[in-house]
Amino acid sequence: MNNNFLLLMPEFLVTGLAFLVLTADFFLRGDRKNFLPYLAVLGLIGALTFTLIDQWDRVDHLYEGLILIDGYALFFKAFFLVLGVIVVLSSVEYVKRNLDNPGEYYGILIFTIVGMMLMAASGELLTAYISLELLSFGLYVLVSFDRYSAKSNEAGTKYILLGAFSSALMLYGISQIYGLLGTTRFDGIAEALSATPDVSPGVLVGLVLIIAGLGFKVASVPFHMWAPDAYEGAPIPVTAYLAVGSKAAAFALVLRFFVEALMPAVGDWQMIIVIMAALTMTVGNLVALAQSNLKRLLAYSSIGHVGYLLMGVAALAAVGDDGRIQLQLSHLASNGLMLHLVAYGVTNMAVFLGIAVVYNATGKDDIANLAGLSRRAPFLSAVMAVSFFSLAGLPIFAGFISKFYLFNAVALQGLLWLAGLAIFTSLISLYYYLNVVRQIYIEDAPDPTPISMPKLTVGVMGVLFLAIIFLGVYPAPLMEAIQHASDALMSSESPIGLSQALR
Amino acid sequence: MDNFDSYALFLLVVIPMAGAVVVMLIPGALKQQIRWVSSAFALSALLVSFYVFWAYDHEAGGFQFQRTWDWLAMPGTGPLSDKAITLTLGIDGIAAPMILLTGIVMLTGVLISWKIADRNKEFFVLYQLLLSGVFGVFVSLDLFFFFFFYELAVLPMYLLIGVWGSSSEFPTFSRAKEYGAMKLMIFLVAGSVLIWIVVMAIFVESGIGSFNLLELQNVTFSDNFQRVFFPFLMVGFGVLAGLWPFHTWSPDGHVAAPTAVSMVHAGVLMKLGAFGIIRVGILLMPEGAQDWMPVLIGLGTVNVLYGAWSALGQTDLKYVIGYSSVSHMGYVLMGIATLNSLGVTGAVLQMLSHGLMTALFFAVVGVVYDKTHTRDINVLEGLSKRMGFTAVLFAIAGFASLGLPGLSGFVAELLVFLGLFQTYPILGVLGIIGAAITAVYILRLMAKVFFGPLGERWQDETDASGLERFSTLILAGFILLVGLFPFPFIRVINTGVLEILQKFPEAG
Repeated sequence: MNNNFLLLMPEFLVTGLAFLVLTADFFLRGDRKNFLPYLAVLGLIGALTFTLIDQWDRVDHLYEGLILIDGYALFFKAFFLVLGVIVVLSSVEYVKRNLDNPGEYYGILIFTIVGMMLMAASGELLTAYISLELLSFGLYVLVSFDRYSAKSNEAGTKYILLGAFSSALMLYGISQIYGLLGTTRFDGIAEALSATPDVSPGVLVGLVLIIAGLGFKVASVPFHMWAPDAYEGAPIPVTAYLAVGSKAAAFALVLRFFVEALMPAVGDWQMIIVIMAALTMTVGNLVALAQSNLKRLLAYSSIGHVGYLLMGVAALAAVGDDGRIQLQLSHLASNGLMLHLVAYGVTNMAVFLGIAVVYNATGKDDIANLAGLSRRAPFLSAVMAVSFFSLAGLPIFAGFISKFYLFNAVALQGLLWLAGLAIFTSLISLYYYLNVVRQIYIEDAPDPTPISMPKLTVGVMGVLFLAIIFLGVYPAPLMEAIQHASDALMSSESPIGLSQALR
Repeated sequence: MDNFDSYALFLLVVIPMAGAVVVMLIPGALKQQIRWVSSAFALSALLVSFYVFWAYDHEAGGFQFQRTWDWLAMPGTGPLSDKAITLTLGIDGIAAPMILLTGIVMLTGVLISWKIADRNKEFFVLYQLLLSGVFGVFVSLDLFFFFFFYELAVLPMYLLIGVWGSSSEFPTFSRAKEYGAMKLMIFLVAGSVLIWIVVMAIFVESGIGSFNLLELQNVTFSDNFQRVFFPFLMVGFGVLAGLWPFHTWSPDGHVAAPTAVSMVHAGVLMKLGAFGIIRVGILLMPEGAQDWMPVLIGLGTVNVLYGAWSALGQTDLKYVIGYSSVSHMGYVLMGIATLNSLGVTGAVLQMLSHGLMTALFFAVVGVVYDKTHTRDINVLEGLSKRMGFTAVLFAIAGFASLGLPGLSGFVAELLVFLGLFQTYPILGVLGIIGAAITAVYILRLMAKVFFGPLGERWQDETDASGLERFSTLILAGFILLVGLFPFPFIRVINTGVLEILQKFPEAG
């Protein structure tokens, strides 16, 4: 048993950074606290550089496979660290104006990044659970961070109650699995599942409970009720983080769990996921039509996107023409899922940053408050319009290629009808996105004073804007990285060797 | 092939896109510079498209100016999956005249939009983005990029209409520009939902792991597959081509749109639909096409008659032209549906001819509206006394539209009718009846609006400006050119059509 703790160095570094930010907060007074986010950003960039250099092409594991170090985990760690940088940078202005205690805000934010990084690296259910809780506890605090706002408090309460409930479900499911299969390790579960042709009802109950628990975390129908309230009440950068980060982390875990542990039982869960996906995208996009608050609209829109991502999970393995299950792992589906996560993430960060700017200027975040924005802030309007078009899946933006790729992967697995439904719901989404664009460009502003943006915000926005277009026009470089991650996830050389179980 | 030729088509896509980027970087206050830069880009696009049409070798035929760039792999989907999506460009005899048309309309549209003063920077950015998409569809030989550009051509429409368009008031109802814009977007994107589904189905069914049309055309899809999925394509593309009963976005959208956007939309964009049916539908699913053509020809006939009949009853100049477009696109659909060389050639020529004349129509109507601030036929009277030039140009478009010999419409419609008589003589007669109705509403319109006694209100009107004259003259010139010397155009089109029709062994 040789545990090389240096393998956890990226997590140690980020944790250290969180403590550093918290400590620095004690010693900085007044305006000097504005320095904290830059410290956080520098630290995150440092950790990112270290992670990339240290773990490039490294395949290893810790604690007998509780934590896996591979290309897949690396991809997500890098993604989360970059995301962390963007979230911190887009928080600067908002936190300065609206929130107390910046030190705690950034410190807790960085702790949640550690949780996300560990989620992508977990090779075992309890480790995954603890990482998930590390993320969730941080988010509970962040959601209710605006402590003088009743809405923020309400959002926090709802989020905690339902989050705790879903954690309980998941824990119960894990105990069920452990009781019946005798292990919580992903490869062990896969082995046990493939040992018998039929999955026992008890295991199935455990599975369903875990799926329900994870369903809560990603806000998929019918476990989505908390999302709109939490999104609406949370401080805007936290909403962005909730919409992008926590979702990406949950999907990083889901993808690994389903591929490495549950694949032998694909026939038992595929239909559940298909139905959840179909419901999620339909309900999310339909209910979004009726929203007047921008954050609630985006909450439902993100529920719709979760539906698309779930399709990717459902399409991981194909069911053959004769009704038998073909154990063909689809790289395309996992590629598509990751690509859509990235595209959706970049786009949503741009949208929420835009909303934060409008909120800072007007103090409101209803769709109607965007009226005439194009005359008040042309650049901001262009970025937001581009983001909404990207979310609706129109070219030349990131959302088009990611939807095309993902839907195509789904169609290839014999689920053409589901892909068709997805395209149709994405047409519905176009309607409500266009209504927002209409406010921005067509309606007249009641108050035509220009909105000024700090240089930092303009810079972040410009980078996101270029990223949305770059990904839409030339996704090949990102795709290569994603392909690498997929290969790591699905290859027989994965650290603990999932594929023996399949053969 | 020399170096320029292999980049020519790429340039066609990139020039408008670069124009959009350049205009985006110019400060919005420099309105005059924005106009000049946009027209410079439009002119260079026109020159390239002119060159491409000129240099297309109709004797060699086939896809020319081909060039391929690798774009994205989709591992594990088939033998060609390393190059699943490639930017493959190339044109045949059908695409060549369409490119020329797009170039002409693009430049004239920019010139007509000279007057736009409110946020003209945003206008020209979106306008050039739109044109980039249109060029892209005509030159793409990869299904993914075909669809990519197809959607790109739809995307800017909402803002172009919503921001710079105009609402119309009628005694009993009104049509807000936002309504027209949203209706157009939802209809067109709904159409592309169907196309997207077929694109995926084709990719899955072919099993070769490539979206390249040149590879896909060698795959034989099962009869059943073709029969099931061809109608998706027919309706999906048909929506954009104004196919009845999915045409209702077209009059509303065109009326609400600003002049240049109506010109591009009715002139070029609707052609994308018909072009898509030929390029994707007939090329990949010939059997499905054969099975469904009776339906298409039936709907096309309804288009012709219903569009013409509706145009008769309109009181708004733009609505007349809008419904007339629906009617004329009916000839295109009928011509395609004959699946014989005369009919399809006629259809493609009609696409060119209708593109030119409807652009001219909208340009002239735009001039009239700018001067008089109304489009109501009951109010406009005898404008030729004050706007002689405009009246003549309107007459040219009108005569082309009702098929006067010597103008482009005559040749195109004649070919379509000849094709029809070979296969469905009765429908040919109905088509001619449609042309007769066209004559009624066009002539009535001309008599009332332009050539009657001058109305009191219009005593002080002035004629079109120099720039407007210039741009409308370009369009009128090409209408005459195609009408008097159709052979160079037919020659090129026919090459492309014959190649497509080889897919049908028994037809000629």
